[in-house]
Amino acid sequence: MGINYIVPEYRVVRDPDRCIGCRVCERQCANEVHSFVPQTGKMAADDAKCVNCHRCVSLCPTGALRIVKNEDTFKINANWSNKLMQEIYRQADSGGVLLSSMGNPEPYPIYFDKILLNASQVTNPSIDPLREPMETRTFLGAKTKKIQRDKDGKIIPNASPYLELKTPIMFSAMSYGSISYNAHESLARAATELGIYYNTGEGGLHDDFYQYGANTIVQVASGRFGVHADYLDTAAAIEIKMGQGAKPGIGGHLPGTKIVGDISRTRMIPEGSDAISPAPHHDIYSIEDLRQLVFSLKEATNYQKPVIVKIAAVHNVAAIASGIARSGADIIAIDGYRGGTGAAPTRIRDNVGIPIELALAAVDQRLRDEGIRDNVSIVVGGSCRCSTDVFKAIALGADACYIGTAALLALGCHLCRSCHAGKCNWGIATQRPDLVKRLNPDIGYKRLVNLVEAWTHEIKEMMGGMGINSIESLRGNRLMLRGVGLNEKELEILGIKHAGE
Amino acid sequence: MKRVYVNEKWCLGCHLCEYNCAFAQTGEPDMARALKDKTIHPNIRVEDGDDVHFAVNCRHCDEALCVKSCITGALSKTADGVVTIDQDKCVHCFTCVLTCPYGCILPTEDGAVTKCELCLKTTKGKPACVAGCPNNAIVFEER
Repeated sequence: MGINYIVPEYRVVRDPDRCIGCRVCERQCANEVHSFVPQTGKMAADDAKCVNCHRCVSLCPTGALRIVKNEDTFKINANWSNKLMQEIYRQADSGGVLLSSMGNPEPYPIYFDKILLNASQVTNPSIDPLREPMETRTFLGAKTKKIQRDKDGKIIPNASPYLELKTPIMFSAMSYGSISYNAHESLARAATELGIYYNTGEGGLHDDFYQYGANTIVQVASGRFGVHADYLDTAAAIEIKMGQGAKPGIGGHLPGTKIVGDISRTRMIPEGSDAISPAPHHDIYSIEDLRQLVFSLKEATNYQKPVIVKIAAVHNVAAIASGIARSGADIIAIDGYRGGTGAAPTRIRDNVGIPIELALAAVDQRLRDEGIRDNVSIVVGGSCRCSTDVFKAIALGADACYIGTAALLALGCHLCRSCHAGKCNWGIATQRPDLVKRLNPDIGYKRLVNLVEAWTHEIKEMMGGMGINSIESLRGNRLMLRGVGLNEKELEILGIKHAGE
Repeated sequence: MKRVYVNEKWCLGCHLCEYNCAFAQTGEPDMARALKDKTIHPNIRVEDGDDVHFAVNCRHCDEALCVKSCITGALSKTADGVVTIDQDKCVHCFTCVLTCPYGCILPTEDGAVTKCELCLKTTKGKPACVAGCPNNAIVFEER
């Protein structure tokens, strides 16, 4: 191709008065944006290579760098945006499917931002969480239906297997392969210290991380990578992945070039072979089939571990969840359309699925209506961005939330959405050893612990404000929520009143 | 005693420590003003291989060859074990430069040698290389 149709999205701006030519930016950029020009003794930048990950900005010791939106533009057109035009040029160049990473960035409504919380005034006292105990402990699994006693009147312990969380937040599934060894170690150590769980994703469990098994959820997905007896036995729970919010209906593909060394061994596939996760599980075409896999896994682990079924939030999610709640699964995980990914076709990511807030409200209501809500716990993910998102999700009926993107942000991710390029400058979504070492798990795990502890403080603060001292009293408590700027239908689905009502 | 150590597993070879060291020596409040268009003389230097990087600075040896070799007593050991330099006493004979097995003493432009004194004389309070390391590769600890 002789003509370059693509205009750089961002520009690197360097303050010549502040740049001391230390070349840290040059050494830290895996995209080779920065270079030193010996003739002038100055630094130069190639804007076209910049993905705006901010690694150079963060490490520049004199604050000499800024990345700005490139003001260069095609003729403004409300119908044909610059972005669409560039995508056409790109596809005309390559003939390929557009790829993207991380969650849907398009301006769809964010229902969490249109829901407000209640607080106590005058007639019901609020509680100060710094002075009085606040319970955020959460149990996930089927609820005991009936208390049974033996002939001496002692309670027979017949509880289903469950997960106990100190706070209703878990790290969502991210495979070893899609993220680095050091990112996995950070998640595993943080989950252990926090008394919560992290999730292996479909990449198997590295030998070094079996020690964190008590805080590990292992995933069984359509490719069955890395699944074997020890893998199941080590875990606290097993998750069957049916779908992912970022790409419902689509499988996964980790290119053979990334299947090297430990990743090949952990996934149990030969080096250099593509790791293809089929779109469906080839043995699951019905709820009855799903039930067979649920019970196969339970049988394999002696009915000691809860089984999670993870689905993407799609149009008829409530009916699907109803089926899952009858399949023997202990926990349903629902992933909204804003959920992240290491790579997905752009068109799928940006257009398939539904918002998690609506999916959650619909599923919770459906299971209540059918009297099977206690069969399962509900975990939601797909852009829980802050403690209030978690709080609102719990009030809408969730038992706990999965955080993925927020956790990666804590590790340094700047949402440049270039994971699929494999050159993550922050050492997260890469397998290049020189980049992986940039994420020191000693720092990373502490930042994750800080994040979740901070959110937990905020959750307690909001609970206290409402006069609630246990997360159990918030769960499904939609009276604590009011909508703003929502229409009748949206309020009906969310099951909340409008502000002022 | 507490010394500056480098965990080469985490050293990225970004060379920020060299600039933080040079900046700490100037006592200036702003790095851009302090180091703009200057050649730096850091007391910590990053050795770069293809896949391995590590920063090297004074080991503050128990049996310090540089102190033994110093002909004017410019180099001495404090009660805490830190090897310090009195640049006014240095006569630029560079015997210490030759004897240091780690290459951690270097001449400056005005002749006197310079070496890491664990930021005892800078305004930073604790070693600037440690404080500024983005990956905890450089640590200041007892071993």
